[in-house]
Amino acid sequence: MSYETTLSHDEHHAEHPTGLKRWVFTTNHKEIGTLYLIFSLIAFMLGGAMAMVIRAELFIPGLQLVNPEFFNQMTTMHALVMIFGAVMPAFVGLANWMVPLMIGAPDMALPRMNNWSFWILPFAFFLLLMTLFLPSGGPASGWTLYPPLSLQGGTNIAFVIFAIHLMGISSIMGAINIIVTILNMRAPGMTLLRMPLFVWTWLITGFLLIAVMPVLAGAVTMLLTDRFFGTSFFNAAGGGDPVMYQHIFWFFGHPEVYIMILPAFGIISEILPTFSRKPLFGYTSMVYATASIAFLSFIVWAHHMFTVGMPLGGNLFFMYATMVIAVPTGVKVFNWISTMWRGSMSFETPMLFALGFIVLFTIGGFSGLMLAIVPADFQYHDTYFVVAHFHYVLVTGSVFAIMAGVYYWLPKWTGYMYNEKLGKIHFWWSAISVNVLFFPQHYLGLAGMPRRIPDYAVQFAEFNMISSIGGFAFGLAQLLFIYIIWQAARGGERATDQVWDGARGLEWTVPSPAPLHTFDTPPKVDDSVTVHSDTLA
Amino acid sequence: MKRTNELIVALAVMAVIIVVTWGIYAVGDNMPGGVTPFSKDVYQLHNVILAVVTVIGVLVFTAMFTSIIVHRKSKGQEPAKFTHSTAAEITWTAIPVLILVIMAIPATGVLIDMEETGGADINIKVTGYQWLWQYEYLEDEIGFYSTLDRDSNAARQINSGVDVHTVENYLLEVDKRLIVPTDTKIRFLLTSGDVIHSWWVPELGWKRDAIPGMVNEAWTLIEEEGIYRGQCAELCGKDHGFMPIVVEAVSPSEYRQWVADRKAEQAAEAGDEPSEVQQITAADEPAHNADQG
Amino acid sequence: MAEHYYVPHTAKWPIVGSIGLFVMMLGAGSWLNQAAIGPWFTLAGSVIVLVMIFGWFAQVIGESEQGLYNRAVDGSFRQGMIWFIFSEVMFFAAFFGALFYARMFAVPWLGGEGAGAMTNELLFPEFDAAWPTAGPAQLGGDFQIIPAFELPLLNTLILLTSGLTITLAHWALKKAKRGALVGWMAATVALGSIFLYFQASEYVHAYQDLGLTLGSGIYGSTFFMLTGFHGLHVTLGTIMLIVITLRCMAGHFSKKNHFGFEAVAWYWHFVDVVWLGLFVFVYVI
Ligand code: HEM
Ligand SMILES: [Cu+2]
Ligand SMILES: [Cu+2]
Repeated sequence: MSYETTLSHDEHHAEHPTGLKRWVFTTNHKEIGTLYLIFSLIAFMLGGAMAMVIRAELFIPGLQLVNPEFFNQMTTMHALVMIFGAVMPAFVGLANWMVPLMIGAPDMALPRMNNWSFWILPFAFFLLLMTLFLPSGGPASGWTLYPPLSLQGGTNIAFVIFAIHLMGISSIMGAINIIVTILNMRAPGMTLLRMPLFVWTWLITGFLLIAVMPVLAGAVTMLLTDRFFGTSFFNAAGGGDPVMYQHIFWFFGHPEVYIMILPAFGIISEILPTFSRKPLFGYTSMVYATASIAFLSFIVWAHHMFTVGMPLGGNLFFMYATMVIAVPTGVKVFNWISTMWRGSMSFETPMLFALGFIVLFTIGGFSGLMLAIVPADFQYHDTYFVVAHFHYVLVTGSVFAIMAGVYYWLPKWTGYMYNEKLGKIHFWWSAISVNVLFFPQHYLGLAGMPRRIPDYAVQFAEFNMISSIGGFAFGLAQLLFIYIIWQAARGGERATDQVWDGARGLEWTVPSPAPLHTFDTPPKVDDSVTVHSDTLA
Repeated sequence: MKRTNELIVALAVMAVIIVVTWGIYAVGDNMPGGVTPFSKDVYQLHNVILAVVTVIGVLVFTAMFTSIIVHRKSKGQEPAKFTHSTAAEITWTAIPVLILVIMAIPATGVLIDMEETGGADINIKVTGYQWLWQYEYLEDEIGFYSTLDRDSNAARQINSGVDVHTVENYLLEVDKRLIVPTDTKIRFLLTSGDVIHSWWVPELGWKRDAIPGMVNEAWTLIEEEGIYRGQCAELCGKDHGFMPIVVEAVSPSEYRQWVADRKAEQAAEAGDEPSEVQQITAADEPAHNADQG
Repeated sequence: MAEHYYVPHTAKWPIVGSIGLFVMMLGAGSWLNQAAIGPWFTLAGSVIVLVMIFGWFAQVIGESEQGLYNRAVDGSFRQGMIWFIFSEVMFFAAFFGALFYARMFAVPWLGGEGAGAMTNELLFPEFDAAWPTAGPAQLGGDFQIIPAFELPLLNTLILLTSGLTITLAHWALKKAKRGALVGWMAATVALGSIFLYFQASEYVHAYQDLGLTLGSGIYGSTFFMLTGFHGLHVTLGTIMLIVITLRCMAGHFSKKNHFGFEAVAWYWHFVDVVWLGLFVFVYVI
C-alpha cells in the first residue's frame, strides 16, 4: 500500500504567507498540529477555570458564590470543554505533528481538509460558549444532555446541538485524515507491524471516531426535533422512551472514553522504551489488546445506565462484557511494567509523567472494575465515586499522557530543551495535588454524596475541602506548565536530533526543530529504526 | 546477586505499599453496610471486589516500584534485551479471566435476587417531581408529598447568613418522611412527573431511576428500625441537590397505627387535598423563585 | 502523472467553509428561537457554504486536470471517500437503532409486555401495544400509514434501476464511449429526480390525506426522520450526479482517471442500499 511519496520543492516554496494568514491558510501538518495543541491548551485553561468555580463553591457546605443554575452550567460546560476542546484536540494535534514523522510521510494525506478540521473548532466553541451569555444561560443538564431535562433549557439547546454537530464534523474529518495517512502514506518498509504504537493506537482511535461521532450527531438531532419539531423519540406519551436517548448516547459515549485513552496508551508505549532503553515488551500483544479494547467498547455502553431499569438479561450482559474489557487493559499494564523490568531507566519529565500515568490510570481502572459489578454500581452510580473514577482515567490518564507526550516531543518541535528542573517540579506538584484533589472523592461517593450537586450535607465537608484545596493547587501547577512551554519555545539549550539517547524511530532522524517539510523523499525503513518491534530479538 | 537484590527491594516496597494501602482504608472506607439483606450482599460484594483490586494493585505496584528502584541507569544497569514471553503473556491473560469469572458468580446471584420484586406485602408508588417526591401507598390509598424541610431550605439559599452546621440534618431532612414497616417486603414503583430523577437511600443498597412515562420496580426488606436518609441521584435541574429522601422504618404495629391515623387525616382534609404539585412547591418553598436567574 | 505527492501550499476555502457553517448554524439556532434575523443568517451561511463547495471542488478538479495528482493522491481520495460513506452509514444507524429500540422495547413495554407490566398498569392502562402507533397519548391524532407495495415499491424499483444505469455509465466511461456515458448518466439523474418527486408527493399525501405527520408519535418520528434524511441524501446525490454529468459532457475524466465519477457512484449506491433498509424496516415490516 505504501506508494512512493515525495514532494516537490519548487511547488512548495513558491508562496508562503506570513502572519495571521500563515495560520489560517496553512496546509502543513506541523503548523496545523501546533494550532490544535494551542487550541487545546486554551480550552484546558478555560475548562480548568470552570472547574475552579465548581471547587470553590464546594469548598464549604452552603451556597456562597454561585446559584444552582449557574453551578449546573459550569459542570456541563466544564465537561464539554475538557472532552471536546482539550483532550480530543490535543490528541489530534499530536497525531498531526507526529504521525507523518513516525511513518515517513511528507504530510497528511488530505492537507486542505486538515486545515478545515481545525478551523471549524474555534467557531464551534464560540457557538457553544456564547450560550453562557444568553438570557437563559448555557446548557445545564450535564454533558450527557439527557432528555427531558436537556429540553427544558431555554434558548441555548439549539446552539449547543449545532455546536456539537460542528465538533462532530471536525472530528470525523480529522479522523478520516489520520486513518488515510496511516494506511496510504507509509514510507517503503514501514509495514503495519513496524508502526510505532502511537500510530497503531491512533489508527484504531480514528476508526472509533468515524464509527461513533455520527451516532452522537444522530442522538442530538433527535433531541433537536423532539424539542422544536414535535417528534417523540424520547417521550413515552408518543410511544418513545427517554431511556432510548441514553442508549444511543452511550453507544457513542463509551467508545468516546476510549477515544480519549487509546492514543494515551500509544504515547506511554513510546516513552517507556526510550527511558528504559529497552524495546517495548509484547508489541504484538499490545496491538491486539488495543484492537480488542476497541471492539469491546462497542458492546459495553449500557454500563453507564445500570440503574435505568433494564431487564435482568441486559444488565448481566453489559456487566460481563464490561468485566472482559479489564483483561486487555490489564495486559497493557503488565506489558509496560515488563518493558521497564531489567531496563536501564532514567527519569526525565516525560518518563515521570508516564510512570505517574501507569500508577494512577491503573487506580482508575480498578475503580472501573468495581463499577462494572452491577449490584455494587447500584450504590456507586451517580456519586462522587464515579467522578473519582473518570478523573483518574481522564486527568491522570489522558491528560498526564498528553503532558508526557508534550515534554517528550517538545524539543523536536521547538529545537530547544525545556527546563528539566521546572518540568520535574511540574510533575511532582501535579501528581501530588491531583491525588489530593481526586482521591477523597472516592470516599465521598462511598459515603453517599451524589454528583452534580452545588451543596451538600455537612458530613461531607472535610473531604470536600481537602479536594478543593487539591484542586486549586493542581490548577496553579498548570500555569507552570504553560510557562515551561513558553520558555522552551523561545530558547534554551539546543536539542540534538535524537534528543533522548534511548529514542528510536523515524521522528528522531529529522533535525530539531523539525523543518516545515520532512521526508520529501521517503526514508527506507527496516527494523533498525524501530525499537518497538518484538521481532527484533 | 542481582536477583536477591530485586527480591529484597521487592519485599521492602511491598511492605511500604501495604502500609500506604492500609492508611488509605483507615482514612475512610465508609460505605454503609445498610439494613436490608441485599444491602449487606452489596456491601459484601463491594468489599470483595475492593480486596481483589487491592491485592492486584499491591502486586503490580510492587513489581513496578522494585523495577524503578533497582533498574536504574544511574546504578549502572545494563538494559536486558528480552521483548516478549509467551508464557508470561498467557499467564497474565488467563489469571485475570479466572478472577473475573469468580467475581461474576456472586454478582450475578445478588442481581437476580434484587430483580425478584414479586410477592411484596406493600406497594409504594414513588413519583419524582422538580423538586420533591410523591409517595402513594397503593394498598391503603394514602399519599403525600415529601419535600426539603424549612430549616434546610432557608439555610441553603445563597448568602442566607445561616451557618449550615447549626441546621440539624442539613439537606437531609424532609417535611414528611416515608414511613415503612420493618421485616416486610416492600415493592417500590418508581416514576416521574417531569424529568428523570433517581431514588436513592444508601442504607437500602440500591438506587433506581424515576423516569417519566416508565415505571421501574425495586424492592426492599428493612431489618432494623431507624431513619435512613438519601438524596435524588440523577441531575434533575437547579434544585437537584435539594430533594432529599428520608425513610423511617418502624415496627409493623406502629406502621399500622400510622396508616390508620394518616387515613383519618386524609379523610378530614379530603376535598382540599393538594393534588397540584405546583401548589405544594409554592406553599412549602416560598423562596423557590428567588434565585431563578 | 505527477511524481510527487501533491501538497497544496495554502488552502483558502476551508476558512470560508467554517465561516459559512458558523453563520448558518448561528442563523438556524436563532431561527428556532424565533429571532427575526435567523432565516437570513441561515440563508447567508448556506450561500457561503455553497460558494465554498464550488470553489473548493473547482480548484481540486483544476489540479486534477493539470495532472498534479499521482496514484497516491488518488488513493487518499478513494480511502477518504470510503470512510466518509462509512460515517454516513453510522449516522443512519442511529436512526435505525431508534426505530428498532422503539419497536422491540419501548412500545411493547408501554403496552405492558415484559419489564413494562407496571408501566402499563399504572400509567397507561388503556394502551395496547401495536405497530404503527402514536403512543399512549395518540400524539398527533389518528393516522394511516403508506402501504408498502404501492408507491414505495415503485420507488424501490426506480432506485435499483438507477443503480444499474450508473453502472452502465461507468462501463461506458471505461470503454471511452462518451455518448453512452452521458446518456446513462442522464437516465440516472432522471430516475433520481422521479424518485424525489414521488417521495415528495407521498409526503403531501401523508400530511393532507392520511393524517400522518412528523408529530404522529414515535411512528411519525421514525418514519419522517428516516425517509427525510434519506431523501436529503438522494437530493444531494442527484445534484452530484448532475455535476458529474456536466463534467462528462465537458470532456472530463479518462478511462483510467475518473475518481470524481466513482466517488459519486459509490455515494449513489450507498443511498440505494439505505433505501433498501428503509423499504424493508419502515414500509414492509
Ligand atoms: C478497566 C476499564 C474501565 C472500566 C471497567 C470502566 C467502567 C466504567 C463504568 C461501569 C462506568 C459507569 C459508572 C456509573 O455511572 O455508574 C464508568 C464511567 C465512566 N468512565 Fe470508565 N471504565 C474503564 C475505563 C475508563 C477509561 C479508560 C475512561 C476514559 C479515559 C473512562 C471514562 C469514564 C467516564 C468519563 C465515565 C463517566 C461518564 C459520565 O457518567 O459522565 N473509563 N466507567
Ligand atoms: Cu464506559
Ligand atoms: Cu435530582
